[in-house]
Amino acid sequence: MSVAVAVAVLVAGGVYLVLQLGLVRVAFGFVLLGHAANLVLLASGGVGRRTAPLVGGATDEEIATTADPLPQAFALTAIVITFGITVYLLALVAAGADDDPSAEKSPAGEPDPARSEASAADETEGPS
Amino acid sequence: MNALLPLVVAGPLLSAMVALTAGSPRLRRALGLVVPAAVLVAAVALVTATSDGDVLVAQVAGWPAGVSISFAADLLGALMLALTSLLVLVCMAYAAISGDDRDPYYVPLALVLSAGTFGAFLTADLFNLFVLIEIALIPSYVLMTRTGSREELGAGRIYLTVNLTASTVFLFGVGLLYGTAGTVNLGQLVGAGAESGGVALATGVLLVALAIKAALVPVHGWLPRSYPYPSPVVTALFSGLLTKIGVYAIFRVYTVIFSGESRWDVVVVVVTIASMVVGVLGALGETTVRAVLAFHMVSQVGYIVLGVGIGGVVGLSAGIFYLLHHTVVKTSLFLSAGVVERVEGTGRIDRLGGLARRQPLLGVAFMGAALSLVGIPPFSGFVAKYVLIRAGVVDGQHVAAAVALVVSLFTLLSMLKVWNGVFWGGEPTRDDRLAPLIPPRGMVVPGLVLAALSLLVGVSPEWLLWLSDRAAAGLADPSTYATAVAG
Repeated sequence: MSVAVAVAVLVAGGVYLVLQLGLVRVAFGFVLLGHAANLVLLASGGVGRRTAPLVGGATDEEIATTADPLPQAFALTAIVITFGITVYLLALVAAGADDDPSAEKSPAGEPDPARSEASAADETEGPS
Repeated sequence: MNALLPLVVAGPLLSAMVALTAGSPRLRRALGLVVPAAVLVAAVALVTATSDGDVLVAQVAGWPAGVSISFAADLLGALMLALTSLLVLVCMAYAAISGDDRDPYYVPLALVLSAGTFGAFLTADLFNLFVLIEIALIPSYVLMTRTGSREELGAGRIYLTVNLTASTVFLFGVGLLYGTAGTVNLGQLVGAGAESGGVALATGVLLVALAIKAALVPVHGWLPRSYPYPSPVVTALFSGLLTKIGVYAIFRVYTVIFSGESRWDVVVVVVTIASMVVGVLGALGETTVRAVLAFHMVSQVGYIVLGVGIGGVVGLSAGIFYLLHHTVVKTSLFLSAGVVERVEGTGRIDRLGGLARRQPLLGVAFMGAALSLVGIPPFSGFVAKYVLIRAGVVDGQHVAAAVALVVSLFTLLSMLKVWNGVFWGGEPTRDDRLAPLIPPRGMVVPGLVLAALSLLVGVSPEWLLWLSDRAAAGLADPSTYATAVAG
């Protein structure tokens, strides 16, 4: 139950942040969503069983309380991947992708009438 | 032979490392061409080995089945491997001719991307599928934003966030599936979705994530907003590899987990009908060559996945054939669009015209692939559409079959829009017209080769139809696959 609540809170916060405009907030949103996914993975192996999974010489009683190692391996892998992508997201922020091009060109609230015009302007400038 | 399976993933990964550290552009280029060619040879060997219904399995490092990372090649996986390695080879050749591979990171990134794609076709474990998809996606994030222009960063931002969302949803699905079914090994999941509602729900979460990656309506919005913006060869590479992972995984996951359960077919059919219609209408409204082609992919993915919705050997076989045909043709079109942009300096249809006179070969390549896409004989598109629509009628999916026919007309319309705007008509009368650029010699060839391949398949489709049938039989009855994988 506590895991379910934690996942719900994390997903709610994550979705809220991902829907924000700034890319830094989006990155943090994905960090929260990644944590939620990892909690789901861990919970899928059974939350109550926590003894270290050591092979050999275990009694039935010990096996019943042994944690499932597979979801832990899943979560570990997923954490590494999420971490790597978060770093790349932050690198994109540093490269200048933070401001949404379509939102910035028209402060009056006009949804970009011609994204292609903006891009044509970019074309003449040329990629640096 | 079984040792080939992990090698197909490890080979490109290791050569990517070599290419990254190699100082010489010539060595990089050679690696970029040799590695996919070697994978293509291995894949053809795998196709011949699996064409009689065998499933080859390799348990990495000799761990027992269920514990190890297992790779399994059935005919569908082998066919996809052969197809994608061919496309990587063609795209690498294009990059070598056009000079795109002067970027020292291009070849290593493309090799890592292909390693992840190859692995995704061969893995028999859903968590490994997640990992391999990530291996394919991470270099694609970099390729997407490589030049760092404002436009590319904007597209890359959409591309990255949407794909990251899809990956997170997929991870949720894997967790839920493990919690409900107790395994993520495809060999042990056969028919699990038919027995338990919880497993079916978890699989639904997985399929939503895969649908985002395959760009099916209503989760297609990211594709037309990101694919037209990176360098053309990157678009061609993505269209040939990345969305196809999603499509392939839908085929695999749906047929294995919902084996013997046709209750959800109607959902698939409705989604694919929506994709076919929305994709083609969206393509009509776009203004650059690559944007038309990109939006059009949504429609074509609808056709492919319709094969899953129809189901059975007939439907799956039609879907597989369409998948193989479409991937070749679409990559050919993107490569031709790349040449157009190189020659004219823009891909905007209203600024182009009369190109067929100056670049007749390019016109032939584009026309051939476009006709194939529409479904005109004698190209492979005709066979693909005929088989698919026939399967729909046989299965009683008359609405879907009718929609597929009508959408073909709109496909013709959107291709004519590009053809008339870019290749026919007078010279463009814009003031800022630069002197026509001379493209590097031979840049047309990769697209032309793929269009010719489509023609070849269209003229004698029997062998490929036979292979698709065999692959579909393996999907429709996954028991051989399951016993081979689960050991």
